[in-house]
Amino acid sequence: MGAAEVLTDPSSLYNMGNNDLPDTDNVITVRNALASVHSGESDLYDQLVETIQINNRSDHEVGAQIDTVLKALSCSVACIDTTHHRRLLAAIFGMSLWNHKPHVMDALVDLLVSLAATSGKYLDSCLNRLVGHFVPPGWVINRLRQQRVIDLKREVLDRVHEALLKISLLVPLAPSRLFPILAQQLPKINKKDQVVVIYVENLLKLENSSIGQVGSVMIFMMVMERLRDLDLEIDWDDILQDDSNRGMFDMELEDAMNEGDEDTSSKNIVFESLDKLMVTSFHHLETCKLDGRLDQVFEKLFESFENFILNTYKSKVSQFLMFYACSLDPENCGVKFGSKLMDIFLSSNKPRPTRQASLSPLWMSAVAYLASYLARGKFLPVSYVATMLKRLVDECADYCRTCNDDIRPDAHQLFYSGCQAIMYVLCFRMRSILDVPRFRSELIPLESILMHKLNPLMVCLPSVVGEFLRKAKAGGMFVVSDSFIFDDLLESELSRAFGGFERLDTFFPFDPCLLKSSNSFISPNFIYWSMVKQDDEEEEEDDAEIIVNGDEESDEEEEEEGDLDYALNKMSITPKHSFKNKMERDRLMKMPSMIRPSTSPPESL
Amino acid sequence: MEGLKLSNAELMVYIHPSKSGNKLKAICRELSSLLFQYDETFDGVLLAFDVTVKSKAAKILAGLSPYFGVKVDAKLVLFNPKPNSLVEGEIVKISPESIHVIVLGFSAAVVTDLDIREEFKYKMRNGEGSFVSMSHKRHVLKVGTMLRLQVESFDEEVMHIAGSLIPANTGCVKWLEKQSEEVSHMDREDRKRRKIA
Repeated sequence: MGAAEVLTDPSSLYNMGNNDLPDTDNVITVRNALASVHSGESDLYDQLVETIQINNRSDHEVGAQIDTVLKALSCSVACIDTTHHRRLLAAIFGMSLWNHKPHVMDALVDLLVSLAATSGKYLDSCLNRLVGHFVPPGWVINRLRQQRVIDLKREVLDRVHEALLKISLLVPLAPSRLFPILAQQLPKINKKDQVVVIYVENLLKLENSSIGQVGSVMIFMMVMERLRDLDLEIDWDDILQDDSNRGMFDMELEDAMNEGDEDTSSKNIVFESLDKLMVTSFHHLETCKLDGRLDQVFEKLFESFENFILNTYKSKVSQFLMFYACSLDPENCGVKFGSKLMDIFLSSNKPRPTRQASLSPLWMSAVAYLASYLARGKFLPVSYVATMLKRLVDECADYCRTCNDDIRPDAHQLFYSGCQAIMYVLCFRMRSILDVPRFRSELIPLESILMHKLNPLMVCLPSVVGEFLRKAKAGGMFVVSDSFIFDDLLESELSRAFGGFERLDTFFPFDPCLLKSSNSFISPNFIYWSMVKQDDEEEEEDDAEIIVNGDEESDEEEEEEGDLDYALNKMSITPKHSFKNKMERDRLMKMPSMIRPSTSPPESL
Repeated sequence: MEGLKLSNAELMVYIHPSKSGNKLKAICRELSSLLFQYDETFDGVLLAFDVTVKSKAAKILAGLSPYFGVKVDAKLVLFNPKPNSLVEGEIVKISPESIHVIVLGFSAAVVTDLDIREEFKYKMRNGEGSFVSMSHKRHVLKVGTMLRLQVESFDEEVMHIAGSLIPANTGCVKWLEKQSEEVSHMDREDRKRRKIA
């Protein structure tokens, strides 16, 4: 009976093992050996333990012996005593499927299942032993490219999953004991990257089984937590600053490999690990989509995202798990994600018994995620983006109506984050939204918000405000005052103040994904700034065909274009360092056209 | 089925101040965290509860987080199978060495061959194993049968029951009930006959 068969047809579990019953004589011999310990004559028992302890994979005769003993033991589980047969139990729990032939593997798995199901005393030990196989021994890790080892890996892990499934069918509360064990044995991030990846693969495989039905959320929590831990290992300083032609990240990897620097190579392991884990998780989401359960899984995924990523300080990559899930099912997951983030942000204006300030970073983070998501999600229909923008605009307009304060960035953080979110989304979506009169009319209150005494245009990030105003002017959204003159700084003291200590004003979570393999999943559904820029240029070219410009005007336009290019390059660049000195400033002026992720100044860390 | 009991309890549930918005939900949440766990205070595994809040007054605890205690009256359904009590469950696996049963959908019970009375013999039919009584051919135990077993011990930590089929009043529930009906029917017939005589 193959593992695959068992996993797809749980009824076949009920008859397991019955077709391959051990010889009655062997069972009697083993039972006698077990009983002999009580009478003090332990020769037979000692032989039994020694047989199990033999670890010779190549010897067929030894394999057959172990197989016979294990099968006989499976039929004698009731005779095993935790006190008298401690050595035997230690030998059984010391056995590894990785070291044995398939028939011994089967016998061992059956024994572990029998032990787990027959007495509650062995349940945890059996689960521990089985989960232990999710971390393959070193020799397997080193030879994972060999077909023989790949086959072995499949044979072992299929059997482990089969056994866990059997135990959960016989002991319904086994999953509640299993999840803490899974969390406990999850390899640390400093382990070889492949170990973590294999473990997570198995966690996700469990999520896909009937065990996942009861503990899906716990599995996603574990995966998210590990992703976050790896994410946090990557410092923004590790990310290369500039490369306009190739992905900055792959270049960094290559260069770092060549240098052979120990510290850098350990960083590369983290990058690779995270990339592989992301890809593994993406594949799992695809499977969920194929099985028609992505919508159901998404709820659990969001719960783990809310617990581990949303409140994490500027997560760099892990959040793309949500982005990819949304891109697989824009109508359900895509809409839910935006709405849930919006709800979190809007919950900020509800009266609360606890101090509002303590939750402020969470709400700001939620709106930053929302803005970045609405701006970058190619799969999101314009109507949805417009609806979400309307909710944000209405919220900010309400705030303006009730607030009669002057510019005080730290006191009105949430309002400014809301305004910046609206402007940021419009930088990407302005054209498509203004093309529809109804959507355009929904944005009318925005002008009064921007003209309010709180003056969001002065407080929000100048790079976002500048680009927004330029587009608003070009689109004829409203009359833009010429008095708004922005210098080329990427941040201002005011935006720094509203961003708070965490600098959440400069956080755009869905800036392009930095990991090469993961990005290949994300990029088809991603709006790059270059795409927006290209659209704008095409539009301008169309306009140029109609309007005949005088010499003077075209000179002005060229000049403007130069400024424009710079402004575009700046767009979505979150300043990494403040402009402390000229060198720093010059370096940052050479931003790549590929939009860089949001970063934070060192002083805020 | 024994081992189930209904208890009335007066409880003090301590709630975090952040949950003061919806107290009933917070109370249910607190009690739900005890479900399917053995609790010494209750002397059993909590399976279900129904609560009514006794008064609007609550006791505020002094401390860093001012938790407040709400007095509630609770009806609790508890499960605590004592040794020698009879419980019922569905057979999920049968092998010559053991019968695996699930009681009330959550508790695993096992009867090993040492605790199955001699009357039952293991047989394989059409690839399916079953225990058949030698004295009553219709008394068959197979996967899916509702089994009545005697509790030998109950592992409270993992809710595991070690059971026995030694007593004669254990076995297939359906068969046992049919037998008792027949016996009572025969008793009635006997009484009638005696009266006529």
